[in-house]
Amino acid sequence: MFSKKVIWSVLLISAFLIVGIGCAQKKNVDTIVIWHWMMDRQDAFSELAQKYKEKTGTTVEFKLFFPPDIYSQKVIAAARAGGLPDIFGILGERKTLASFIKAGHMVNITSFMEENGREWKKRFYPQTLELVVFSDTNTYDVSPGIYGVPIDTTIMQFIYNRSLFKGAGLDPDTPPETFGDFITYAQSAQKALGVNGFVCGWGEGWLLNALAVEWAINTMGEERFLKTIDGQIPYTDREWIKVFSLFQTLKESGILASNIATMTNKESEDAFSKGKAVFSFNGSWAVNVYAQLAPELDYAFFPLPKVSQEHPIKVWGGAGSSFMVNAKSFHKEKAIQFLKWLTSKEQQEFFIRKTNNLPAIRECEDALSPLLKSLLSKFGNLTHPDTWERNEDSRVIEVMNRGLQQIVMGVKSPQEVAGEIQRTKERVSRR
Amino acid sequence: MNLSLTEKTTNFSFIFPALLIFSIFYIYPFFYTFILSFQEYDLISPPTFIGAINFQDLFSDQGWWKSIYNGAFITLWALTFQNILALLLALAVDKIIRLKKFYRVVFFILPVLSEIIIGLLMKQLLISEPTGRDVFNHFLENAGLGFFAQNWLGAEKVRLVTAWVHCWKGFGWAFVIFLAGLQSIPEQLYEAARIDGAGAWQSFRRVTIPLLMPVITLILVLTILGTMQAFAMILALTGGAGGETTVPVMIIYNHLGNRLAGLACAEGIVLGIILVAVSFTMFFISKKIREKYGVLPG
Repeated sequence: MFSKKVIWSVLLISAFLIVGIGCAQKKNVDTIVIWHWMMDRQDAFSELAQKYKEKTGTTVEFKLFFPPDIYSQKVIAAARAGGLPDIFGILGERKTLASFIKAGHMVNITSFMEENGREWKKRFYPQTLELVVFSDTNTYDVSPGIYGVPIDTTIMQFIYNRSLFKGAGLDPDTPPETFGDFITYAQSAQKALGVNGFVCGWGEGWLLNALAVEWAINTMGEERFLKTIDGQIPYTDREWIKVFSLFQTLKESGILASNIATMTNKESEDAFSKGKAVFSFNGSWAVNVYAQLAPELDYAFFPLPKVSQEHPIKVWGGAGSSFMVNAKSFHKEKAIQFLKWLTSKEQQEFFIRKTNNLPAIRECEDALSPLLKSLLSKFGNLTHPDTWERNEDSRVIEVMNRGLQQIVMGVKSPQEVAGEIQRTKERVSRR
Repeated sequence: MNLSLTEKTTNFSFIFPALLIFSIFYIYPFFYTFILSFQEYDLISPPTFIGAINFQDLFSDQGWWKSIYNGAFITLWALTFQNILALLLALAVDKIIRLKKFYRVVFFILPVLSEIIIGLLMKQLLISEPTGRDVFNHFLENAGLGFFAQNWLGAEKVRLVTAWVHCWKGFGWAFVIFLAGLQSIPEQLYEAARIDGAGAWQSFRRVTIPLLMPVITLILVLTILGTMQAFAMILALTGGAGGETTVPVMIIYNHLGNRLAGLACAEGIVLGIILVAVSFTMFFISKKIREKYGVLPG
């Protein structure tokens, strides 16, 4: 006979195990679940989901996970645990997307894109679709195909405050074209109005990196830039030193906000919207941010101030948000049908009107504000790491971003930073 | 004592849930971290064994050693400035002043607040305006100390200011532990010392310090462990400031974010080894001091 103690022990252990096992999430089999990180777009998504339910009877649930860091961790953890939703987005470089595809988490939707005379595929701007396409010659060892559905796009541009331009006696319709003009204009406005010349969230390295890449491509051309990534040209090359020196020139010109190297993009957007700086560098999403922070703000975008006439300017952009279909989802077909509906003209127009973003598909120009419409003209000249055949190692980018912050803080010279980047490049290449 | 199988099973069944949780959440991750440090792993694809390459990479990474230096710099400030301040305040609250309970609560508010809140709050105070006219400088100017006003989070001061903010946030912990230690010293010892003709300084040196030595050791070790692993407050305050305030956990966090999980694990292990070595050294030094003072190791 077992004693009471043994019986109680067995009961306790059983209860413990039952509670643990019983924690599994219940799933509604009829609902398409979508995970995303875009807080500013949640309301628009919910309205679209409601509209879709009324039209088809299918329930779509958009689940927001914020901030983006947390979202990324959640998606990776869910992928490992086999718990990805029907549709999800990927944040991160092309290598991440490739890893997800190789691990069998994403549906190759090429056949859906190309059915009915490629009707779905033709809707998109080629630049937006390029980010989710892996070609036959891709270096990531991914089966060629289309693996995602872009829902919007972004472009990085310089921005200027037109009211401050007027106040400083500058022509508000003539933004600076060259790097020299840019500094002169910023200094004039700074002197006349006592505001900052330039403000940007350079505490977040990626904004520095985007600008450095644009100036590098303008300085040495895209081919030589990509050769650096391939390891054929060192970062200590004089053209790279020239690029890094631009940041030193900015520092020495006195136009940078004093705390620019620790400033977040949110702080920079806040400062620019309050008229505390003449210039900023930001993405097209800023239109929505400024509309909320300062609806009366009079500003305009302008292209990268040129540092060389020899090579064309490339605009950092094309990478917006994309949705992918979970290869293990029970609702693959339904999920794809929903994404097809979401990227139709009517829905895209609703979406961009509501969120002030650039569309992923063509023929939505009428729904755009004049500011956003002005950015569409840049679509033919975009560049983004996710469209390059090879990407720089994240550790090299990390050292570059940190080095650029050190230059604008006056801690290191362009030569020192170039040396550190090159040493890191050589170190990671040996792995 | 000989126990029957049934009794052994019964006893084991009571510790089984705790043992299971401990194994899953502590022992398994510990060994898994160690295994991952010898692998290349992007958290999605299967890991690949690469030997000690992550460690080689780490030892030749200037950024990593700079972060260790930054962590050590802040730790040095915390060990000295923060703990001396905490001890002085604990002595004051214990012996001298009234409103003891009020001060206990006041000094303990800061450690209770979230590190992110402290970081963001201090950032707002130090650099709330991009034009440079921040709240703290404004206060200095109004107080007639305008000559002190400067860019507090600029290249020259950012590391020092980060250390000060860390100490300001952290001294409450040490204060509470010091106070508990001081209150455990029997009053009779001070009375005996007074009868023997000891002054305040001699009582402090010959009674308080020796009897407080186990507490001091504990605080020093906790300070080292806590400060070398500081992260959230610094991230919110400076974001690393071009490597000037980048601390080891920030590097580990960034590498995990870039899905270099193997490298991040190697960094975690090296940091862990450094901290264990420093902690044991502190225990050893403290034991020697206690022996010198004639107090048995506690």
